Amino acid sequence: MSLTVYPFVRDWLRVAQGRLVLRTGKVDIGQRISTALMRIAAEELSLPIDRIDVAPVRTGDSPDEGITSGSNSIQQTGQAQRLACATARGAALLRAAEGFGVDVAALDLAEGLVRHRGSNKQISVLDLLSELADDLKVDPEAPSRALNTALGDAPPRGLRAMVEGTFAYLHDLERPGMLHARIVRPPVLDAVLIDIDPDPLHRAQAAGLQIIRDGSFLAVAGTPEWAVVRGAEKLSAACNWDIGTGLETGDVFEVMAERDAERLTVVNGFPETSLRLPEPIETPDFEATFKRPYTLHGALAPSAALAEFKAGQLEILTHSQGIYPLRDSIADSLAMAPEDVVVEHAPGSGCYGHNAADDVAFETALIARALPDRPVLLKYTRADEHAREPVGPAMAVSVRASLDDEGEVAALWMEARGDTFRGRPRAGPNRAGAARLAANRARDADIPRFVPEPNMNRHAGLHRNLDPIYAFADKRLVKALVPDLPLRSSALRCLGATANILALESMMDSLAGRAGADPISYRQRHLEDRRAAAVLDRLQDMLKRPPFLGEGAGRGIAYAQYKNAMTRVGVAVDLTVQECGAVRLDHVRLAADAGRVVDADGLRAQLEGGVLQGASWALHEEVHWGPSGRETLDWDSYPVLRFDEVPKITIEVIGGGDAPSVGAGEASPPPTVAAIANGIFAATGLRLYRLPLNADAIMTAALQE
Amino acid sequence: MLKLRINGQLRAVTSAPDTPLAYVLRDEFKLKGTKIGCGLEQCGACTVLADDEAVQSCATPAAVFEGRAITTIEGLSQTPEGKRVQQAFVAQRAAQCGYCTAGLVVAVTSLLRTQGAFDRATAQTALRGHLCRCGSHPRVLAAAEAAQKGDG
Ligand code: FES
Ligand code: FES
Repeated sequence: MSLTVYPFVRDWLRVAQGRLVLRTGKVDIGQRISTALMRIAAEELSLPIDRIDVAPVRTGDSPDEGITSGSNSIQQTGQAQRLACATARGAALLRAAEGFGVDVAALDLAEGLVRHRGSNKQISVLDLLSELADDLKVDPEAPSRALNTALGDAPPRGLRAMVEGTFAYLHDLERPGMLHARIVRPPVLDAVLIDIDPDPLHRAQAAGLQIIRDGSFLAVAGTPEWAVVRGAEKLSAACNWDIGTGLETGDVFEVMAERDAERLTVVNGFPETSLRLPEPIETPDFEATFKRPYTLHGALAPSAALAEFKAGQLEILTHSQGIYPLRDSIADSLAMAPEDVVVEHAPGSGCYGHNAADDVAFETALIARALPDRPVLLKYTRADEHAREPVGPAMAVSVRASLDDEGEVAALWMEARGDTFRGRPRAGPNRAGAARLAANRARDADIPRFVPEPNMNRHAGLHRNLDPIYAFADKRLVKALVPDLPLRSSALRCLGATANILALESMMDSLAGRAGADPISYRQRHLEDRRAAAVLDRLQDMLKRPPFLGEGAGRGIAYAQYKNAMTRVGVAVDLTVQECGAVRLDHVRLAADAGRVVDADGLRAQLEGGVLQGASWALHEEVHWGPSGRETLDWDSYPVLRFDEVPKITIEVIGGGDAPSVGAGEASPPPTVAAIANGIFAATGLRLYRLPLNADAIMTAALQE
Repeated sequence: MLKLRINGQLRAVTSAPDTPLAYVLRDEFKLKGTKIGCGLEQCGACTVLADDEAVQSCATPAAVFEGRAITTIEGLSQTPEGKRVQQAFVAQRAAQCGYCTAGLVVAVTSLLRTQGAFDRATAQTALRGHLCRCGSHPRVLAAAEAAQKGDG
């Protein structure tokens, strides 16, 4: 918990130049955490939102809150901020009461002013806050003020600037004397640079470009930007690489089925090393394996970073989700003291997990170190990003279920198999932080190769949402980590939940059909959670009209509660499988319960965005590769959901009353993916087991029928 | 020397002749509202107006645009339709990370100027070349509709 390491109110908020400045270690990556924090502070302190800022997130200044991920921001930094503000309010009121010589109960706090009822005494709450003692500790029991709904219309931070094109992304920054840079991408991460044809090399140097080389890491820097882009292209054509044996090819699911895995029993969401592996169910009534291929994050903006090396210190601007872990990994890679590396967050585009941000930050540092006293802005090209970003791992989820006499699930065996989601640079044994930065595989640096270990946290990695939310009497769950598959993998939004929920909800759908039951009530029969039942009731209400039963039309249902602890989501997808096999999404309805709602519009935006990202994964996305590298290097070879495929979306949020706020950023994609698969089944009778559910997959399945 | 009309002003271009328009706008004229997402004419982030037509600027050399009136997002901010579309985007909260947004504002403004009245399906087809990875599409479509009705 953030408060144990940062116990003081001033760790979380300070007053500067008549404004309240909030401090957080969580970065804004399009999930609007800074808007939410400002709202929390505004509510607790009755301050107008335009008197509140969020401080830059920077190593050495900001609280170290690890990595911004897992939809934890609201729970961690949000809760800390709420308590810090509530504590500060209490202390400020006491101080005012002392100053006025009156009782606290006779004071009102509104619109940034503390007023004494019955006299004209008043004082600004910001003045009071600026005088708080440095050692005032956050009171974990500080009472929270009622929700101030009048805040609901404040526009999200930066929105106006975004629509006017003045929002400054990292990619847009300028510094005096700044150089642009591009890498010269090796075909695969471990390729060895044998030599560079001297003529093109000399021409590039004669044209004023700087060539930076460290082992097989190669980059070009200079100005103007276009000269650098062209220079890197030309140099790339002049490089001779040795790719060794290259990437392993063939069906990755066959490879991972045969390879030795580290297998662990999962109980209540936790992998347990001390428990024996459960027996699989010998004669199951239902048995299937569901597969999700390697998937890109595919940020709209290729990753970028800005760095400068000056007087022995590196200063780096990055859109990484974890400034402290990145700082430590870079410092270790370069044998520098962590204090000599300062990492600050600057906005990039949405990232959806661990993309190339950290790699680029490190590579920018390498270039900047070779060119001291010059700020360097490195950007990946689209092909660099598609080729190098750590992908979401391929995953195979096998299920076996046996049924009781009523057709309900009596026992379930389930195994989630795949490579790691933990590719983020993060300190650990064997220099694990440095080992996970791509460029360290190319440099002349003696850093051991990274070997992943199973994530033992609750509902993490491969086993996120492996444990069904349903009250099955007999659950036998296994997580199987298979290291060293062909592509480097890491955290992608929702982690294992996408494949696990696809498997589980496809199974529930088939079993409901077999039992002749309605898919919603069949799920409810297995649910003990009252709020889950309420979400599905609401979804049922939203479906008053029966599905359109035209040619190729169908309705798919799915339910999931992210990590079995966060936002509850029920999804219904009405879709049509067209003659060519392609799926058209007609209407997506979603009911959700996210507890107490801080930013209603932000919540809906997250749920809606998740539906569309889930739809894109479900229908289109898959990384292809060959021995000499990835083959999906642009948006044609790696298709994603487009505007003309966007369905009508209806969202209803059940107000969670005073239940704690829970994150929603990752709640809607998994059940959306599953509902689409179930909709295709309803429309065609074809049960598909492998994503993406594109025209090819549907036509192939139809032919095999 | 190449001269381009950018946001109403005739400007001399000193960049190398093969430089794509987006790099001229961003690097030479510091008009950073035009984004680059792919450099391959595949994502729409770099969309600007050439006369009233929405065009991708990331791969076509600037010289090709000689004689046409280029309007970037910065220039659109000074026009009534541009403001109307921007207002509609704000009212609908039609951006998450916002990296696709400037290109979309330009494209919707072009639609407004060239099509007058249009329905949702027309907007969906017209915006097919624009990618958004955050899923702001429904709000963008709602903003397009609102801007068209004039009630941004
Ligand atoms: S940047 Fe021009 S279309 Fe992508
Ligand atoms: S809002 Fe992030 S890409 Fe569109």
